[in-house]
Amino acid sequence: MNFPILSSITLLPILGAIFIFIFNNKNNENKNVIYISLFTSVVTLFLTIFLWYVFDKTSAEFQFVEEKNWISGYIKFKFGVDGISILFIVLTAFIIPICIVSCINSVKTRLKEFLIAILVLESFMIGVFCSLDLVIFYLFFEAGLIPMFLIIGIWGGPNRVYAAFKFFLFTLLGSVLMLVAIISIYWITGTTDVTEIFQIRIPEEFQYFLWLAFFSSFAVKMPMWPVHTWLPDAHVEAPTAGSVILAAILLKMAGYGFLRFSIGMFPIASEYFVPLVFTLSIIAIIYTSLVALMQEDMKKLIAYSSVAHMGFVTLGIFTFTKQGIEGSIFQMLSHGLISAALFLCVGVVYDRVHSRLINSYGGLVNILPKYSLVFAIFMLGAIGLPGTSGFVGEILILLGAFQKNFLVAIIASIGVILGAAYMLWLYKRVIFGKLEKKELTELKDLNLSEGLILFTLAGLTLFFGFYPNLILDTIHVSVDKLINDYQLSLILNTVK
Amino acid sequence: MENINFFLPEIFLTVSILSTLMIGVFFKNSYILVTSIVYGIIISLILIILNSFDVSFKLFSNSFTSNSFTNFFKILILIGTFFILIITQNFIKETKINYFEYSLILLLSVLGMFIMISANDLILFYLGLELQSLSLYILASLNRDNLKSNESGLKYFILSSLASGLLLYGCSILYGFSGSTNFEIISLNTSTENIGTVFAMVFILVGLAFKVSAVPFHMWTPDVYEGAPSSVTSFFAVVPKIAGIAVFIRFMQIPFSEIVDQWQPILIFISLSSMILGAVAAIGQTNIKRLIAYSSIGHIGFALAGISTGTTLGYSSSITYISIYVIMNLGMFACIFLMKREGKYCENLNDLSGISKQHPILSIALLIILFSLAGIPPLAGFFAKFYIFIAVIENKMYTLAIIGLLSTVISAFYYLRIVKIIYFDDANNSFDQIKNLGISSTLFLSSLILVTFFMYPSFLNNIVDTLIIN
Repeated sequence: MNFPILSSITLLPILGAIFIFIFNNKNNENKNVIYISLFTSVVTLFLTIFLWYVFDKTSAEFQFVEEKNWISGYIKFKFGVDGISILFIVLTAFIIPICIVSCINSVKTRLKEFLIAILVLESFMIGVFCSLDLVIFYLFFEAGLIPMFLIIGIWGGPNRVYAAFKFFLFTLLGSVLMLVAIISIYWITGTTDVTEIFQIRIPEEFQYFLWLAFFSSFAVKMPMWPVHTWLPDAHVEAPTAGSVILAAILLKMAGYGFLRFSIGMFPIASEYFVPLVFTLSIIAIIYTSLVALMQEDMKKLIAYSSVAHMGFVTLGIFTFTKQGIEGSIFQMLSHGLISAALFLCVGVVYDRVHSRLINSYGGLVNILPKYSLVFAIFMLGAIGLPGTSGFVGEILILLGAFQKNFLVAIIASIGVILGAAYMLWLYKRVIFGKLEKKELTELKDLNLSEGLILFTLAGLTLFFGFYPNLILDTIHVSVDKLINDYQLSLILNTVK
Repeated sequence: MENINFFLPEIFLTVSILSTLMIGVFFKNSYILVTSIVYGIIISLILIILNSFDVSFKLFSNSFTSNSFTNFFKILILIGTFFILIITQNFIKETKINYFEYSLILLLSVLGMFIMISANDLILFYLGLELQSLSLYILASLNRDNLKSNESGLKYFILSSLASGLLLYGCSILYGFSGSTNFEIISLNTSTENIGTVFAMVFILVGLAFKVSAVPFHMWTPDVYEGAPSSVTSFFAVVPKIAGIAVFIRFMQIPFSEIVDQWQPILIFISLSSMILGAVAAIGQTNIKRLIAYSSIGHIGFALAGISTGTTLGYSSSITYISIYVIMNLGMFACIFLMKREGKYCENLNDLSGISKQHPILSIALLIILFSLAGIPPLAGFFAKFYIFIAVIENKMYTLAIIGLLSTVISAFYYLRIVKIIYFDDANNSFDQIKNLGISSTLFLSSLILVTFFMYPSFLNNIVDTLIIN
C-alpha cells in the first residue's frame, strides 16, 4: 500500500487542532468548536478501525510501513504497525472522542484551548504507537508531555501547579537517560531503525546499561514502585478528561515500550533483570493496593489501583510466556477502558457535587439508579470478575506467572483479593447505604452525553469479557514472533 | 588586486559606516533615516557575501581568510543584527534613547566580529576583538541618563579589559614560543613538548570564555544584561555569542589542533560548569533579563560541549546549536518587546501573570519558544541538543552527556515556571496593546521555524556539513 495511511492518521488530529485554532466564530463558539473536534476524532476512530479491519492478522511482519529520509545520513523516518501496536492505536482513537464528549459538562473555561491540547496530544500518542524508529519514538513520547502539562496545569484542581510540575519533571528525568541510550545504540549499531536493531543484536556487554536506561524511562511512565508518586497527584489534580487520557493511554505507552523495545532489543538483559522487575511489580501490586484501601479521595483511590494494575502488566510481560504477554496486552487494553470509565464516573458526581471525597457521598443508588448500574459494571471489571474484560487479562497473566515463578504468582493472586477489597468498599461507601446528605438529594441522573459514553464503555467491558478473541486473534502471531525471537537470542547467546 | 573581492564585505561595511555617520551628524533627528540605511547596508552585505559564499581565499600574506565557514557565520551575524534592529526599534523610540549612533555602533561591532572571525593572525584577531568589545561597552551604557546602564557599561568595560589583557598576554606568549603570529605557523609549532604554547592556550581560552560568558568567567553577564537597555541586552544575548563560538572553533581547529588532549579537559570543565550553573542559578531569578543571562550561559555550555569533542561532527553540531539558539532568542526578545503593562515594559517575571488570557497568540508563541529553549521535542531546541549529544556520545564522553541532560531537566524547571506564570496564574492587571508589524513578524517567523523544524531537520545540517573550517 503506497498511501501513507499511518502518517495521515497521525496528522489528522493536529490538522483538526489547527483548524480550531484559526476558526474564529464569535456566536456560540463553544458548540462549533466541539463539533469540529468531535468530527476530527471520530473520523480518526473510523480510519483506525478500518485499518484494523484491513490489517493482515496472519502476518507477524510490520504492515503499512512508511519510510522516508529524515535527518540525512543519520536517521530515517519509519512508521509501521504490527498486531500489538494497532490495538493501542484503536484504543487511543476510541478514548479521545469520549474525552471530548465528557468536556461538554466538565470544562467551563477556555474550552477551545482544551480541545486543541487534546487533539494535539492524540496525534502524539498515535505517533508513539506507530513509530519504528527510536528517535521518532522518543520524539512523540516526550512531545506528549507538553499538552498534558498544560491540561493538568490550566484546567486542574487547586494543587494543579505542583502536580503538573511533578508530572513533567519526573517523566523528563526518566526519559533523558533513554535519549543517551538511543544515541549510544546509534553509535553501536549504526542505526536507530528498530527492525534492523532486532536483526543486528546488540552485544551483551552493552545490553545491561542500555536496558536500565530504557527501564528508567518506562518505569517512571508506567509507573512502577517507587517512582509512581507523580501519578496520584497528577490524577487528582487533572480535569476528568486529562485523568482519562493519562490512565487509559499515557500509562500504556510504557508497557508498549517494554514489549517493543526492551524485550526486542535487549533480550539478554531482560532475562537478567527479571527478578528486579518481578520484585518491583509485586511490591506495586501489594503495597499500592494497601495504600488504595486507605484513600479518602476517590480519584486517588483509582490512581493507586492503576499502579497496582500496571504491576500486573509488568509482571505478565516479564514472564516471557505466551499467556503472560498476551494477558498483559489484554490487561492494558481493558484497563484503558475500565479506568477511563471509572474516572468518568468520578467526574459525573464531581461535576454535580464538586467533591471527590468518599465520605461526602453515600446512598447514591436511591437517586441515581443508572449511574449506580454502570459504576457497578466498571467496579466489577476493575476487580476482574469473570464476564468482564478485566478477568481475561488477570487470569492470563497469572497463568503465565505460575509457569515462571510459583511464589510470585501466589503473591500476585493476593493482590487480586486486595483489589476486590478496596473497590467493593469504595462502591459500598459511595453507592449503598442511606441517603443522608441533604445536598445529594437534588442530584440528577446521567444526562444524554454521559449516559452515551458510559453505557458504550460498559458494553465494551462486557463484550470483551465474553469475546476476548477479537483482541487475542490480532495479537497471537505478533506475540509468537516476539517470544520466538527472544528465545532465539537467548539460545544464540549461550551457544556463543 | 582582484583578490580584494574577498575583502569586499569589510571594506563596504567600513565605508558605509563612515558615510552614514556623516548623514547622522548633518541631519537632525536622524535615527529613523540612519536605521533604514543600516537595513539597506545589512541586506546588501548579505548579498555580497552570498555571492562568493563557497570560495576559500587567504589575503594579506595569510593573515585574513575567507571561506564558507567564515561566510556562514558572517551571514548569521548579519541576520541576527537585522532582526535585533527590527524588534528593538519600537522600544528605543519609547524609552527615548533613539540616538542614531545606536545602529552605527551596532554595525561597528559587527565589523569587529567580521575581522575577528576571518582573522588568521593573532594581531588581526586582537584588533577585531577590541573593536567589537569597545563598541559593546558603549552600547551597554547607551542610556546615559540611567545609573544602572552606566554601571553596567563600566562593569563590562573593566572586567572585559581584564580578560582582553589575559588574552593578549596569551597571544604574546604564543608568539614567543611558536615564533609567529600566523595561525598556520603556530599550529605547526604547538605541541605538548612546547610547554609555552600550552600555557598560552590556557590564557587565550580564558579570554575567549569570558567573551562568550562561560563559567567561571560569567560573573559580568547577569549584571550587564540587567543594567543595559533591553534593546542592547537583546543584541548581547545573540550576536556576540555567534562570533564567540566561531572564534572558539577557529582557535581549536587551527592553532591548537595539535594539543587537543590539553584543551579538551578544560573545555569539558567549562562546558559542564556552564550547563550546571546556567540551570541552577536561573531558578531563583525574578528578573527576565537576568534569567535570560543565566539561560544563555547554559546554552553556551551546550555549544561548547560540541566543540569540546574536537571532531568535525562536534564542530558542526555546535554551529547548528548556535544557529537554532539565535532563532530562539530572537523570538524570546520579540516577546519581551511586545509585553507592556501600564506603559512600562515587563521586566519582572510576575508581571507576566495571566497574559495568556489577553494575548492568546503571543502566549502560544512564547510557549513554543520556552519549550524549545528547554529542549523538549518536537521543537527545534530538541534537535539542537540532540546533535550535540550525538557528537558527544560518539566520543564516548558519557559523563558529559548524562550531566548535560540532567541539567536540561533542571533548566526545564525554570522554563516551566515561566509557562506557569503565563498560563496557570490569574491576571491581576491588564496589558497594553502593542501593534508592531516588525516585531510580530519576527516572532511569527521564529516560532514557525521552531515548530516546523522537525519536518525537515537536515536542512541546517546540509549547509553546516559543507562548511570548511580551515
